[in-house]
Amino acid sequence: MALADVSLAVAAGEFVSLLGSSGCGKSTVLRLLSGLDSPTAGTITRGLAADAAPGYVFQDAALMPWASVRRNVELPLALRGERGQALHAKVDAALRAVGLDDSANAVPRELSGGMRMRVSLARALVTAPQLWLLDEPFGALDEITRFALNQTLLSLCQPQDGTPPATTVFVTHSVYEAVFLSQRIVVMARPGRVVDEIVIDEPYPRDAAFRTTPRFTAWCAQVSDTLQRASAGVPA
Amino acid sequence: MTRASALSRLGVPALSVCLFLAAWEIAVRALHVPTYLLPAPSLIAATLADNFASLTTSWWFTVRVTLAALALAIAGGVLIAALFALSRTAERALAPFAVVLQVTPIVAIAPLLMILTDSSLATVLACAWLVAFFPILANTLTGLRSADANLRDLFTLYRASRWQTLRHLLVPAALPSFMTGLRIAGGLTLIGEVGGEFVAGAAGRDTGLASRILEASFRTEIPKMFAALTLVALTGVAIYLATAALSRALLARWHDSERAP
Repeated sequence: MALADVSLAVAAGEFVSLLGSSGCGKSTVLRLLSGLDSPTAGTITRGLAADAAPGYVFQDAALMPWASVRRNVELPLALRGERGQALHAKVDAALRAVGLDDSANAVPRELSGGMRMRVSLARALVTAPQLWLLDEPFGALDEITRFALNQTLLSLCQPQDGTPPATTVFVTHSVYEAVFLSQRIVVMARPGRVVDEIVIDEPYPRDAAFRTTPRFTAWCAQVSDTLQRASAGVPA
Repeated sequence: MTRASALSRLGVPALSVCLFLAAWEIAVRALHVPTYLLPAPSLIAATLADNFASLTTSWWFTVRVTLAALALAIAGGVLIAALFALSRTAERALAPFAVVLQVTPIVAIAPLLMILTDSSLATVLACAWLVAFFPILANTLTGLRSADANLRDLFTLYRASRWQTLRHLLVPAALPSFMTGLRIAGGLTLIGEVGGEFVAGAAGRDTGLASRILEASFRTEIPKMFAALTLVALTGVAIYLATAALSRALLARWHDSERAP
């Protein structure tokens, strides 16, 4: 059994991070929320349109290596039969949003790790999902790229143009990333349980300057302490 | 590609072949090796020129049968691989037959095929098909099953139909493995064709290079044997180069197996 006694509510438009060590069931929660797996016991209620697929981003970019950036991004739309000008416009907008409008015809092999992850974000964005599920998407990237993509992700999930924010569940094992991105952090520990919840009560969404404030450092120390206590007694 | 690397890619193998032929020619002349044991390359070339018309007719027969068998092996191998990929039950039911066909030597099956079909053409075609079929099937099946697990999940999330998953994910993902199978099968089809002709033992106009080799050996026309053998070898090389070029054209941009060093 991957999860035991997990009770979790996420409000519409909220950004929640699931934080915990490897093997504590974070990814399982995400798979259950997406509908890729079904629970053996318990219930999941989604207040979204039943047929709306979530925007799902994996730990690796999971791109089709044989297809151009454009064809990767248009995949979700093409699979539901969209084509023509409307599809083109949506793909162009998604590529612009992640800063890849110059690389539309490249294939994934020609891109850096950070750019590949941007394609993955654009592919999730292109359907304008109400729910984003991200499974440690930036874990394999260098720190500078990770910071830049954190910012990009916030601009996609929490747009400042009047569009309502998307509900986001973000899996990570980085305390800094969780504090910077989230309104609420759910701390998990083995075996598959929720041990604590911390509301990061700071102005939202945040900008890069927040990382250098003493408040940020204090939040990180508190979350880190909670995480360590949660994992105490559980062999790593 | 730079000029130097192009020169090295084409020039080095050409030079090594020329050196080998020159050494062969010199050795045969210097040691006075009789032509019925080992003819010199110049004599083989002269024999090839003298018998050009009859040998090219046979060569064309061999090429046609080989390509037809390869096409049938691709069709059969890919279709059955797709069936196996979609249904484990079908795989369990049919895999034993595929394996038995693969492990039974064609020289053992050919006489039976000859009796069953009463046609040397059908026997040769079946022999060539049999050896080419399994590499295509096995490699394509591996390829169809090798699609990235996250991409499969993504197709599930976006509610792709079976057909969409096959077309947009499984088939492109299987292409590199299929090309490996094709490169192996290309050479094997020619071997199967030649083996089939030997066993079918047909003579006359509608026969291939293997029949010319057999005839020449009965008449101890050793240079002619070598001339026909040269054509078989060159055909094999041509098939290899064609499949390699196709693989490069299809995969060079995105797959590591064809990545320029």
